[in-house]
Amino acid sequence: MIDTPTLVFGPVLPELFLVAFAIVGLLYEAVAKRSDRLVHLLIAMSGLAMAAASSIILWNWSGDATVLGGTVNADRFAVVGRLLVIAIAAFGVLYGKHYLERSEPQPRGEFFPLVLFATSGMTLIVASADLIVTFLALEILSLSLYVLTGITGRRASNEAAVKYFLLGAASSAFFLYGVAMAYGATNTTYITAMARALSGTTGNQAIALLAMAFLVVGFAFKVSAVPFHMWTPDVYQGAPTPVTAYMSTSTKAAAFLALIRVFDVALQPLTWDWTPVIWVLAALSIVVGSVLAIAQTDVKRMLAYSSIAQAGFILTGLTSANSVGISAAMFYLVAYAAMTLGAFGVVMLVSARGEEQTSLSSYTGLFRRSPLLAGLMTVFLLSLAGIPPTAGFIAKVGVFSAASSAGYWPLVLIGTLASVAAAFFYLRVVVLMVMREPEGSHDEDPSLMPRVALVVLAGATILLGVLPGLITGLLRDASVLRW
Amino acid sequence: MSAHLLSLTIFLPLVGLVILLLGRGLSNDTARWIALSTALATFVVSMIVLGRFDSSLAAYQMVERASWIPSIGLQYLVGVDGISLWMVLLSTFLFPVAILASWKVDKDVRLYLGAMLALETAVLGTFLTLDLLLFFLFFEAILVPMYLLIGGWGGDRRIYAAVKFFLYTMAGSAFLLVATLFLAAQAGSSLGHVTFDIRDLQAVAHGLPVATTRWLFLAFFVAFAVKVPIFPLHTWLPDAHTEAPTAGSVLLAGILLKVGAYGLIRFNLALFPDAAKYFATFVSILAVIGIIYGAVVALIQTDLKRLVAYSSVSHLGFVVLGIFAFTEQALTGGVLQMVNHGLATGALFLLVGMMYERTHTRDLGKMGGLAGVMPWLMGAFLFAVFAAAGLPGLNSFVGEFLVIVGTFAVSPWFGSLAALAVILAAIYLLWSYQRMAQGPVREEHRYLPDVSLREVAVLVPVLSLLLVFGVYPKVLTDRIDPSAKAVVVHVDPQGQPTQVGLVQAQESPP
Repeated sequence: MIDTPTLVFGPVLPELFLVAFAIVGLLYEAVAKRSDRLVHLLIAMSGLAMAAASSIILWNWSGDATVLGGTVNADRFAVVGRLLVIAIAAFGVLYGKHYLERSEPQPRGEFFPLVLFATSGMTLIVASADLIVTFLALEILSLSLYVLTGITGRRASNEAAVKYFLLGAASSAFFLYGVAMAYGATNTTYITAMARALSGTTGNQAIALLAMAFLVVGFAFKVSAVPFHMWTPDVYQGAPTPVTAYMSTSTKAAAFLALIRVFDVALQPLTWDWTPVIWVLAALSIVVGSVLAIAQTDVKRMLAYSSIAQAGFILTGLTSANSVGISAAMFYLVAYAAMTLGAFGVVMLVSARGEEQTSLSSYTGLFRRSPLLAGLMTVFLLSLAGIPPTAGFIAKVGVFSAASSAGYWPLVLIGTLASVAAAFFYLRVVVLMVMREPEGSHDEDPSLMPRVALVVLAGATILLGVLPGLITGLLRDASVLRW
Repeated sequence: MSAHLLSLTIFLPLVGLVILLLGRGLSNDTARWIALSTALATFVVSMIVLGRFDSSLAAYQMVERASWIPSIGLQYLVGVDGISLWMVLLSTFLFPVAILASWKVDKDVRLYLGAMLALETAVLGTFLTLDLLLFFLFFEAILVPMYLLIGGWGGDRRIYAAVKFFLYTMAGSAFLLVATLFLAAQAGSSLGHVTFDIRDLQAVAHGLPVATTRWLFLAFFVAFAVKVPIFPLHTWLPDAHTEAPTAGSVLLAGILLKVGAYGLIRFNLALFPDAAKYFATFVSILAVIGIIYGAVVALIQTDLKRLVAYSSVSHLGFVVLGIFAFTEQALTGGVLQMVNHGLATGALFLLVGMMYERTHTRDLGKMGGLAGVMPWLMGAFLFAVFAAAGLPGLNSFVGEFLVIVGTFAVSPWFGSLAALAVILAAIYLLWSYQRMAQGPVREEHRYLPDVSLREVAVLVPVLSLLLVFGVYPKVLTDRIDPSAKAVVVHVDPQGQPTQVGLVQAQESPP
């Protein structure tokens, strides 16, 4: 007699909606003679809205903690994580529609379903209660992102896609190997069962440590932490800007949230072993990202290195393996999403003539040409640099405070000093925009819609800097991982 | 409303800022009047604070507290004592003056004035907050508007100067943040909850091992020493001052440098009294080097603005010396010197700016005989020079005198060396006046206009305060004394006998 699990689909409704609407989008693309991007956008947005709504309902979920045979969590952590990646995806498709209309002769209608598929992988990974499902979700999101990276058919874009795919596949292999090791150590792939096995006597600590090492590699690749960051600058630069905006924020959010679940729950009994590893990754990422960003002359590469440094800051928060550290990291992820989406949005509008126009020199005198774009970019850059009164400042203080209360204040010192170096390259762009006169002729994309989105993001960046209490309560509720 | 007087003072400038940012169609003149009236209104509010201030108390007054970000322990906590009171008034006084002085700025007027008002809020916040993290927040927030002011409206090398200013200060404040978080984490383990309230942190810091407090002292010290600036961390200052627009120099010298000195009193002395005593000699040596070095370098400057900038290094050395002498007069004198230096050097920078608008040069070698051309302007300059040089009867004299006397009681060497610098100051300031105002007039300077009505409106309030505070410093010292005494007693409970008599003697007008 085989025990068949009862199927409760409530907690996976977001994924189901995303996939369903993605398929609708694909069918529309196949059936319609000449697909309309607006219809695609509406389909995608409806899918995201439904997914968001069904996630919110889960906030007060009263059923089992895990469903579908214990593979998917129905906790509040998953709700917040899902909402974050869904919100990012909404901006991603909005940017994407605008970008495709401006720069692509081909319809490229598959862009929208691909974003939805990637998002479904991300929502699933933050809810996953089983390492197998985590791996599955990781592959769903990765494969969609490889295709999205190369979607325009430009050479740089295709090259970036191949690079991303090859390195990404290798990291997936590492991750899977880690899962296998974890199974070897604990005889289970369920996240909570692993924690129980490791804290008891049934787990094999030596193999568990190996598993931890492999899982770290897999996650570090996805969040682009040094020394597994090599792909980041090339892929961020080569990918179409809306894809960069989407992928740099949502992948990081999803991968970090999954990392939190795996490390703070499954490997919780090994906390003393993995916090030093996270410590080193954080320090390396912050220093290498900040220092290399200084040398960049292309704004997308600069933001790529900055995102490496930002990953380091988030890792800093995670050195504190409790709900303080988790909620600090989650706040950082929200702030990071707002400011990075914003910065790449400005980049998309400034390089109106195509992808080649992302060198820093095209920002010279931007304030004279478009005060709004220059002002918005200044807000995003100051937030990335961690200057008050922006979300970036509160986020940095939060992670530093968490690390400091865990006793890792040398890491905090490294982080604050690297922030100074980082401030230099963020400021350099502000100098170019505000303090120099324009040279040569550039014309920005004049469209209104992306500007509205950017104003919303800038508003969120400042609002979270002034009143972070709006979401900290929510994050505190979400950051308690029960097992 | 009266309960939130301090909050009103801090955030009133933001009202003007919002109007300026939203008012796209505002004419430049309207924008100027909006900024000026906002700054004046803030000044009026701060005068009400002065009126309600109880000078018999040493503790913080008009305290307001509100929970802000409970998850990291940050709260909105402001209060005023006799030391911060004068810093606030100095700021609210100098901002309208600076706005009036930049009436002729024509480039991006709304952004310029908006940056000024944002700066005012940030500065007032640093002086009034009693929460260490909130202080750090305002401290960092100062950087952006000041950076914009220098980099957007400064001289030829403005961008270099602006970036240098930003990075120096931020590098210093990195240590401040680490030390702040470290202290808060200690509070978390000893008090049971993370807090940044400096009154709670005093108790926490008291319980820490001696070596730890010394490291923390150094971390705080570096952050504030950059800002003051204390030799050898002063190298950003001449560039920033020289390249900044006139109003920027006024605010930088008048107020921003005081943030550093204020931080030393408020945090270094209050939180780590034993470490402060341990490092007192070291800091005093740096201060004396700064006093002498600034004066000597000022002596050889030919650029008028650089000269005034180096004189700031020298004068701020007095402030630091006064703070680290741990006697009541020296500290009172130091705080007095902070106010007086703000006014005197502010006046000098205003006058240098007015000169530059006319002669288009700051090179002392290319001036001469201007007293005959512009008697009123040069007369005002001479007055400010006398004040800055510490002529008795004008404001700086009292502060410098108290510092020297107060220091002499502790260390005659430091006292005499500092006194030497007073002579140097008289030399370089009067010599610069001589090169500018006397001798033959250059042909191109023969028909320069004298002060305009607007410039009179800028100068008269500042110059009259130079005289008022010189003749009647009691209005300042009465309110500073209780707080200064509390600080000194906190650092050195059974130290020097306080010589109130001398302070009193100095207070009565001659």
